[in-house]
Amino acid sequence: MTVYLLCLVLFLIGVYCILVKRNLIKIIIGLAISEYAVNLFLILAGYRMRGRAPIFSGDQAVANMVDPLPQALVLTAIVIGLGSTALLITLAVRLYEKYGTFDITRIRELRG
Amino acid sequence: MIELYILLLFMIAAAVIAVEIRDLLSAVVAVGAVGLALSVAFLVLKAPDLAITQLVVEIICLIILIRATVTRDRVAARGGAALAVGAAACAFVVLFLALARGPFAALPPFGAPLFRTAELYVEAGARGESEPNLVSTIILNWRAYDTLGEATVLFTAVIGVLALLRRHGRKGAAAEEETE
Repeated sequence: MTVYLLCLVLFLIGVYCILVKRNLIKIIIGLAISEYAVNLFLILAGYRMRGRAPIFSGDQAVANMVDPLPQALVLTAIVIGLGSTALLITLAVRLYEKYGTFDITRIRELRG
Repeated sequence: MIELYILLLFMIAAAVIAVEIRDLLSAVVAVGAVGLALSVAFLVLKAPDLAITQLVVEIICLIILIRATVTRDRVAARGGAALAVGAAACAFVVLFLALARGPFAALPPFGAPLFRTAELYVEAGARGESEPNLVSTIILNWRAYDTLGEATVLFTAVIGVLALLRRHGRKGAAAEEETE
């Protein structure tokens, strides 16, 4: 259970970064950190104590495998995370070119 | 499992550094450390496919982030959030922790997965109906529509990046020709 709690702490660090920081790059970093934490949490939930990788081999017993389903879905999530991060960074770079800063309080259209 | 705890504590420390350090390039390097530690954690958790993917994705992500930050704003990452915002964020975190207590109690204990849906896949694999690597079988065979959706999302993201990086839109190019 402690592992889950540490994972939650990592997620909350990312959420704190998104909520508090003004710099666009910092916000993207916070988003990436919370994404890592969620991926890790799903893999942790599928882990079997002293299990083996979900690959069949001659001496592999079925009951001794970690759960392959979260692994397959997290693989998808990692790649999609790369796509969304690239899109966010491109947006930030274009905003920098237009306004000359990453600070969201100084970017006129983003002031909230 | 002691190595998992060490890795998680390392990731938390690197994440705190990435969030709090002023220099943007250092923050990007710290977030790279988090991602690479995550890759090793996947290896410890018996997920070799994920470890490889995470390594590749992390390096690409790091290259893009460094490209975005390296010559810009070396001094400007001012921490200086307003006190009210910080207090509100802390309140939100406490509220989140309080609400998370119930779901945490309902989780299966660490090291004993539910293994309900995956049982079908594993049994089919044990009968010899799948590739030896179950993860790739699930991605490409049992849940191929998920992979199709993933490819669509990735393609859309690439189109978005290309559209944003284009120097001038059609309208802008026409206006420029007029001024010339």
